[in-house]
Amino acid sequence: MNLDYSLLVPEFLLALAGVVVLLADTFRGELKSGRQLLPWLTVFGAALYGATGAAAGSMTSEFAGIFAVDAFTAFFRVLFAVTLVVVVVGSHEYVSKNIRHQGEFYTMLLFATVGASFMAGARELLTAYVGIELLSFSLYVAVSLAKSDSRSGEAGLKYVLLGGLASATLLYGLSLVYGAGGSTSYVEIAKNLEHVEGLRMPLVLGLVMVIAGVGFKASAVPFHMWTPDAYEGAPLPVTAILSATSKAAAFALILRLFSGPFLPVIGEWRTTIAILSLSTMVVGNLIALQQTNIKRLLAYSSIAQVGYMLMAVVTMSDVSASALLLHMGGYLVTNLAVFMGVIAFYNHSNTEEISGLHGLAETNPFLAMVLAAGLLSLSGMPLLAGFTTKFILFQAAASGGYLWLVTLAVIMSTISLFYYLKVIRQMYVVLPDGSQLPYATEPSVRQERWSMSPSSTLVVSVLFLGIVVVGLYVAPLAVAADNAARALFKA
Amino acid sequence: MSTSDGYILLVLTALPFIAALLLMITPSRERTAIIAITGLSSFVMFVLSVYVFQRYDWHSSEQFQGVLAWDWLQNVGFLGEHGIQIKVGIDGIAASMVLLTGIITMAGTWVSWKVRQRTKDFFILLYIVVGGVYGTFVSLDLFFFFLMYETAVMPMYMLIAIWGSTRKEYGAMKLMMMLVAASILIFTGIFAIFTEANIGSFDLTRLYAAHYSREMQIIFFPMIALGCGTLGGMFPFHSWSPDGHASAPTAVSMVHAGVLMKVGAFAIIRLGIQILPEGAQFWGPALITVGITAALYGAVSALKQTDLKLMSGFSSVSHMGYVFMGLGTMNVIGMTGSVLQMFAHGVMTALFFLLIGAMYDQSHNRDIPNFSGLAKRMPMWAIFFVIGALASLGLPGLSGFVAELHIFVGAFRAYPIVGGLAVLTAAITATYLLRMMSQMFFGEFNTRWDMLRDVTWAERAGATVLVLSILAMGLWPSPWVQRISTTLAQTIPGVSL
Repeated sequence: MNLDYSLLVPEFLLALAGVVVLLADTFRGELKSGRQLLPWLTVFGAALYGATGAAAGSMTSEFAGIFAVDAFTAFFRVLFAVTLVVVVVGSHEYVSKNIRHQGEFYTMLLFATVGASFMAGARELLTAYVGIELLSFSLYVAVSLAKSDSRSGEAGLKYVLLGGLASATLLYGLSLVYGAGGSTSYVEIAKNLEHVEGLRMPLVLGLVMVIAGVGFKASAVPFHMWTPDAYEGAPLPVTAILSATSKAAAFALILRLFSGPFLPVIGEWRTTIAILSLSTMVVGNLIALQQTNIKRLLAYSSIAQVGYMLMAVVTMSDVSASALLLHMGGYLVTNLAVFMGVIAFYNHSNTEEISGLHGLAETNPFLAMVLAAGLLSLSGMPLLAGFTTKFILFQAAASGGYLWLVTLAVIMSTISLFYYLKVIRQMYVVLPDGSQLPYATEPSVRQERWSMSPSSTLVVSVLFLGIVVVGLYVAPLAVAADNAARALFKA
Repeated sequence: MSTSDGYILLVLTALPFIAALLLMITPSRERTAIIAITGLSSFVMFVLSVYVFQRYDWHSSEQFQGVLAWDWLQNVGFLGEHGIQIKVGIDGIAASMVLLTGIITMAGTWVSWKVRQRTKDFFILLYIVVGGVYGTFVSLDLFFFFLMYETAVMPMYMLIAIWGSTRKEYGAMKLMMMLVAASILIFTGIFAIFTEANIGSFDLTRLYAAHYSREMQIIFFPMIALGCGTLGGMFPFHSWSPDGHASAPTAVSMVHAGVLMKVGAFAIIRLGIQILPEGAQFWGPALITVGITAALYGAVSALKQTDLKLMSGFSSVSHMGYVFMGLGTMNVIGMTGSVLQMFAHGVMTALFFLLIGAMYDQSHNRDIPNFSGLAKRMPMWAIFFVIGALASLGLPGLSGFVAELHIFVGAFRAYPIVGGLAVLTAAITATYLLRMMSQMFFGEFNTRWDMLRDVTWAERAGATVLVLSILAMGLWPSPWVQRISTTLAQTIPGVSL
């Protein structure tokens, strides 16, 4: 058994950063510029985590048979680190205005990322479960940290109750899988499930419960009910983490489970996941059509994205895993761009209503452009990340023999364009005073403009570039995703 | 055409995007800079387009010329060697289309300098469309072909909804949703083609060489044809076209009706007929039926319109019907006619929209019965309009005649009855155009329109370029005919003469 603790250095650093932030918060009164210190410490910790995580990318090793350090884990470590850095830098202004207990806030984000990291690397059921719980509990707290917003507490309560239920279901499912597989180690389960005749029934029951549990984390329909409320009630940066880190971690876990221990019994779960994928994309997109709050809209749109991603689980192979990871990367960049844009907008206007965005193209053209690009990328428009990664994801599922599901996904993504265009319409077609632009050749009136804070400008510009770069030069990300997928299937 | 000319193709695609980027960093107050950037880049595009068209060598045994490729993504996931490439190259059809794009972009740019609302944003979006169009015409990689195809469609919503007129938001949303919905079929078709070819590459020339079962071709050809055809205004999915064109600003109507609809028809050739020829043979009769129905239906609908731009929109539907009819004949002469028609209609419809815009900008009204005697007030305007209309109704010596003649001959060869109906359509076209002109141009001048001025210099220059193109193709069609017909005969297996 390999007990080389240096394999876990990135996670240690992250947890350490969490503790340091807590301590620093306690002594903040005595420190000068204590407010600046917390986010800097968080960013520093996340950057160290990302750097050490990336450095371990070429390894193929395992800690005590429970935690794999390979290209797959490294891929997610980097994703989580980038997400955390981006969210902390981009929401600096927001946090100082709208969050109670900032020390706890940053600590929770750091601990959540530790949990996510363990979900991505786990090679054993209980480690994975502990990872899930760490992520969930941190987020339960973070969701309820908004100052003077009653929705925040409500969302936290809803999230913790439903999350507890999902956790229990998952744990029961895992115990049934343990019963059928005879071990909690992924490798052992995979070996034993090659021939499980007598234990079909408990295994299937266990699988269903596991799917329900991870489906909850990934917010797949019909386990999505908490998503819109939690997204709406949570402070914006937490919503961003929910839609990025939490979702990516859920998919990391799903990929680990369904490409390894559960692969021998693919016949038992393939159809279930296909139905889940179908219902998720249909429900997510159709309900998104009637949203008026931008956070709820993004909640449903992220549900819809989960539906597309589940297609790659249905056709589980190294090819579709590679496509899924690529899309995950592209989705994360795009989604963060939108969220950071919305945060910058909220800092200025204090509104989350879609109709509140009217005239943004006149008052802050740059932000309007970034938001428009982000939304178009989410709907899969070209020159942007969304088109390229979605195209590859869909082609992978089609090559896997699920052309009908892919066709449905393309139809749904067309529908999604409609509600994204509604947002773009508010920004571009409607003027700040609610009227419409005069005829094109009439002389124009210049509106008063406002600008974002420097940190928001920086983050939003970098993410905008990211969307375009992933859209037009996808090779580095695709190669990383492919290596990760290969590592996944080698393990 | 030598390989090094491939770089020109690359530049041609990149130039509109570079111009858009330059515009992005130009302050919106600097109108002179905006005019300089757009004027210069559109002129360079025009010159390069002419150069490319002229350099295309139709004697050569290689149909795809100026081919250059760089690997973009390979050996990843389902992609094998040379999975996705940036690969440029043109055949005779694409050469003609590139020329068309160059002409219309330049004219469209000139007349758009009038736009005063968010001028910079307007040109950025317009040039993204143009870049997408060039990219589609020169791409020899299926992935980039489709990426560019979608790029050309994407900015349309904003272009129409922001700078349009009348029912602009309705028209914009309808157009966008219909076109993107049509892309569903193309997506599915592309995924099916890639899976069936099973070579792990999106390289179009290798996809042409791959084998596809007859059943697969018969199932997926109509998907491609309908999906791309919707962008080409194919009946019965044309309904976005009159509404969209009627509400779009001038240059957008010009580029959209003039070039973007041709991208749809071009994509049917590139993806449908060249990759799935057996499917095309099988569905040829259906394509002809749809084409002739659209031609007749569009012409009859145009008879009823009082809005000048709607009339022009339905006229486009009718003329694009000829294009599909020609493609459905599956013989070289008919299909050559199709591509000629794409060029001819592109130029004349751009001319129409340019002139309608020139008037509407002043009058904010374009109801045909409201006008009379305009020829006295706006003589140059009327002259340009008459030339366009005569080309549209197929007067010999102008571009429309050359194109329609080829299509009619091809149609008579394939199905004589269709040829007969096509000639009838031409007669209806003459009716609505002549009636409109007699109403608007002649008779007593209505003093309500005293403020109307004749076309400005920019418009005059744009219209002149377009009219010269109409005349050039009408009087000396062989450069077009030879390039197009050789390509068609050599790249489509099983096509008859």
